[in-house]
Amino acid sequence: MRPAFRKLSILLSVALLLILSGCSEQYLVLDPKGPIAAAQKDLILITTLICAVIAIPVFAITAVIVWRYRERPNSKASYKPNWEHSTKLETIWWGIPIIAIAILAVITVNYTYKLEPAVAIQSENEPIEIQVTSLDWKWLFTYPDQGVATVNYFKAPVDTPIRFKLTSDMAMNSFWIPNLGGQLYTMSGMAMTLHLLADEEGQYYGSGANFTGEHFAQMTFTADITSQEEFDAWVSEVKTTERALTETDVEKLKQQGTAEVAQFSSFPDNVFYDIMMQYVEEGEQGAHAGHMPADANDEASEHHNH
Amino acid sequence: MLDTIKEFASEFFVTGDPMILGAQVSIALALVAIVFVLTFFKKWKWLWTEWLTTVDHKKIGIMYIICSILMLFRGGVDALLMRIQLAAPQVEFLHADHYNAIFTTHGVIMILFMAMPLMFGLFNIVVPLQIGARDVAFPFLNSLSFWLFFAGAMLFNVSFVIGGSPDAGWLAYPPLSELSGSPGLGQDFYIWGIQISGIGSLASGINFVVTILKMRAPGMKLMQMPMFSWSVLSSSITIMFAFPILTVTLFLLFLDRYLGAHFFTVDGGGNPMMYLNLIWMWGHPEVYIVILPAFGIFSEVVATFSKKKIFGYKSMVFALMSISFFSFFTWAHHFFTMGSGANVNAFFAVTTMIIAIPTGVKVFNWLFTMYRGKLSFPTPMLWAVAFIPCFVVGGMTGVMLSVAPADFQFHNSYFLIAHFHQVLIGGVVFGYFAGLYYWWPKMFGFKLHEGLGKWAFWFWNIGFYVCFMPQYALGLMGMTRRFNEYNFDMGWQPLNVVSTIGAFLMGIAFLFQVWQIAHSIRFLKMDKSGDNWGQGRTLEWSIPSPAPHYNFARTPQVVGQDDWWETKQRQERGEADPAHVAAAKTAPLEPIHMPKNSGIPIIMSGFWFLAGFGFVWDWKWMIVLGLGGVIVTMLARSFNYNDDYYVTVEEIERTEAAAAKGAN
Amino acid sequence: MAQAHSNAHGHGKHDHGHHDLESLKQFGFWLFMITDVILFSTLFATFIVLRDNTAGGPIGTDLIEMNGIIISTFILLTSSFTSGLALLSMNKGDKKGLILWLAVSALLGLSFIYLEVNEFIHLVHEGAAISTSAFWSAFYTLVGTHGLHVSVGIVWMTAIIIQIAKRGITPVTKRKVNIISLYWHFLDAVWIFVFSIVYLMEVM
Repeated sequence: MRPAFRKLSILLSVALLLILSGCSEQYLVLDPKGPIAAAQKDLILITTLICAVIAIPVFAITAVIVWRYRERPNSKASYKPNWEHSTKLETIWWGIPIIAIAILAVITVNYTYKLEPAVAIQSENEPIEIQVTSLDWKWLFTYPDQGVATVNYFKAPVDTPIRFKLTSDMAMNSFWIPNLGGQLYTMSGMAMTLHLLADEEGQYYGSGANFTGEHFAQMTFTADITSQEEFDAWVSEVKTTERALTETDVEKLKQQGTAEVAQFSSFPDNVFYDIMMQYVEEGEQGAHAGHMPADANDEASEHHNH
Repeated sequence: MLDTIKEFASEFFVTGDPMILGAQVSIALALVAIVFVLTFFKKWKWLWTEWLTTVDHKKIGIMYIICSILMLFRGGVDALLMRIQLAAPQVEFLHADHYNAIFTTHGVIMILFMAMPLMFGLFNIVVPLQIGARDVAFPFLNSLSFWLFFAGAMLFNVSFVIGGSPDAGWLAYPPLSELSGSPGLGQDFYIWGIQISGIGSLASGINFVVTILKMRAPGMKLMQMPMFSWSVLSSSITIMFAFPILTVTLFLLFLDRYLGAHFFTVDGGGNPMMYLNLIWMWGHPEVYIVILPAFGIFSEVVATFSKKKIFGYKSMVFALMSISFFSFFTWAHHFFTMGSGANVNAFFAVTTMIIAIPTGVKVFNWLFTMYRGKLSFPTPMLWAVAFIPCFVVGGMTGVMLSVAPADFQFHNSYFLIAHFHQVLIGGVVFGYFAGLYYWWPKMFGFKLHEGLGKWAFWFWNIGFYVCFMPQYALGLMGMTRRFNEYNFDMGWQPLNVVSTIGAFLMGIAFLFQVWQIAHSIRFLKMDKSGDNWGQGRTLEWSIPSPAPHYNFARTPQVVGQDDWWETKQRQERGEADPAHVAAAKTAPLEPIHMPKNSGIPIIMSGFWFLAGFGFVWDWKWMIVLGLGGVIVTMLARSFNYNDDYYVTVEEIERTEAAAAKGAN
Repeated sequence: MAQAHSNAHGHGKHDHGHHDLESLKQFGFWLFMITDVILFSTLFATFIVLRDNTAGGPIGTDLIEMNGIIISTFILLTSSFTSGLALLSMNKGDKKGLILWLAVSALLGLSFIYLEVNEFIHLVHEGAAISTSAFWSAFYTLVGTHGLHVSVGIVWMTAIIIQIAKRGITPVTKRKVNIISLYWHFLDAVWIFVFSIVYLMEVM
């Protein structure tokens, strides 16, 4: 009876399967299309390695012990029923995890500051700002500099830092594009800043990542990363051919329900700010006056492009 | 008149869903059947005097366990329904709102109405026996804790068929859980079901801390106490510090919904982020509350079935207490992505990682208990050994999640779901199963059938890995949790199908366990001797199985750790017991002071149920009746000075003689 | 509540200190008070986080009347003192004194509640209800929870007075008085924090 051994082999086969199939593009988190996601993937691999260094010997020791010390009539294994202490062993198995965790802690703290979403990404290209509003159950994107708006999809130029400003019409959601980097919560009453950058053209999957009710699962969107020329051409085209996003449209978006992909040549002034602050009284600063979360200066510390 | 009734009924009962209608009909039929059976066999008085009013920890423990198994069934069915939907989302087996209600109730039931009562059940069955006591410190309060849990669980469960289930997730984040996002009654059932049950949990925490600190048999020093009792102590202390936070948080959400307060609303200056902080300040210690006793069980089982002393006792105690302590400093890792900033995230990432250290140390201690031992593998030991690789992987992924910047890609994905199911199932469920199998003969006098136990074990284990390993992959593929559907183009379906197969394997495992219980009762092989596994080490194995209602005829004098094992070793070597121990064993019997049964706990809990139901429907008369009844029953308790009696020496002699006969 | 242990001669003779039923209950109550401290701490933390969130509505300084609060505080502190006198009477075996001073404490507590309810009614009339803003939600909940605890204490104290009148001073009634006075002092200590953090800091 070697339950641990059997389980170990099942585990290894499953793990192998995953690792081998991880080369596939479907593993969005392991297929970074930008420096943030790439750094996060590195972190994931480092962490897995450090943990495996401890975990795999544990599996091996378990299998060996369970096999060797099972009670049999002609067992040659030693039996020490009262042996219950060894300073040497205790030192080893307190010491090794402490060292491993210490290493991991240093790496983690370092990357926590480097990958802080509010910190700008260093690049020779000028950043583009996109305001993101999560509503029930669709995404509204407004471009303050270009003046266009889209629903459930956005375009952005490649190799350009994107400064997302995130807010919510009501429920707390989360904005996630796995290929480009980690998510950030969207909350009414405040504008969260998330910096991402795509270094490869393509269409990337995005979704809401914090449950907001009935049709939450249908809040997926596409991040369409194109060349700068294509992006500029698109902006001009939208501005000339599409209709404007009116106040009535905004009211309709606020109503519960899903929405089709759409693009608009303009949007009401300050629509992002208005939605963000709609529940905040005059004189208040936001949902928690005086306790805004850290929103580092764009000029402060910088990311490095990998 | 008829129209009013019809209108009321359509609001009162959940309508429009054939599955729920089926459940409503089944529940009604089951209730009728229960009433019929009890009346036909004239068992009402027996039910009332033997079970509903008992203050005996052994019976209270059994009632907790029965309820938890029923809740495991409901939570498991919830899981299977979800997995069917996710294997073929295009079919739309479940409507979106139904799916959302199911994952909400699945989470609440599994953690609060399955794991917690199973845990308290094992506390009750084992601790007084292990420490040589005759009951817990406050038997009446113990009974009240059970009935408060029962009332809360009933309130929560009834929402499925009356009024509507909650559907904002198991932790009900605002603004979604406020009236604006959840206008229905489900959220109110949620608040009151958990609130009432939570009071019971808090009381149990206090009860077991006092029991362990103050009622150990003479000679049992704290650092000689069995490891399970240490784990209960650390868990109970954690309960004491964590549950008041839950009480307040639920109360504040209630005030928002009932009186229009602005604690967590988006308007009026409310702060939804504060809810996340508060609920997780309870929520994280909560998961350690349930895992610590599982660790204690593993220590008992591994030592017993290695025929060896637990390795590193002091280290193990230190690890338990430090895990309990540190669990209060990690809560923000549940919302790294809420934008608290690098300082906060860095701090909580490090504290979270630190907890992995004492946990890992415990694994090594268990392994080295087995090392140089003589291992046998009855069912409890199988579960203990299976736990090790499973929990180590779960812990590993926990460390991966604790790396805050990486968590921005893991958060709320299936990677997270796989992690917490792995530690909860691989750690808590496996541990409680091990404990249930291990102490079953102590509760009932017979062991559960080994063969069927092995079938259940393998189906659970294989089912678990088949179900959850693909979910790590799905998380890396970008699949978010709480999705009721997804686009086929994402490529998620194959792994979802595999996961669903695994879920059904676990369902089959549960059926094996039910069969195992039925079979074992049918082909009863009683062994009343007391040392049912033959190699028990601790005091509970030194008295008959099931234990007499007063537990110990004479208060034992304890010499040291693993006292029962040491006693047996002395007998084998032909050594005499130390003088004071021998004297205690042969001292003349004295009448035993025992608490009387009481109907107040069940009645008071009934009034709490009424109050909660009244608050949910906002029926003021019912609220007044409910709360008024609570106050009256509390006063009745205060004025009752006749709550104890003495077991006579004759009765003790008779009981002991009968037990000795049954053992031969 | 009776404790399961072997004791041939009733409560007069106790085998072991840790099986003494009454001291077990008192120890349990100390633990309960620890949980109550956590409960109030959570309410205080909530109040502190939300204290500036008045949503453009009325603020505390405008509406809080410190005179009334000072009187309430004095009343509650006095009732804590009189409950101490009750305990002294009990330890001297003075049943009449015990009942008298417990009754005085309960009456003072009742006056405290009366003044507090009046304050709340006044505030609501001035436009500051629990639903007005987060600040007021936190205010009413923190102060109100303390008031609820005091009200429970008054009912409890009355019940104990009746039991003492009927049964006199016994080990059981002694334990009950010890516990209620512990509870009463605890609520007094919480009030000091409420007074400082909620009222003083608000008007300064």
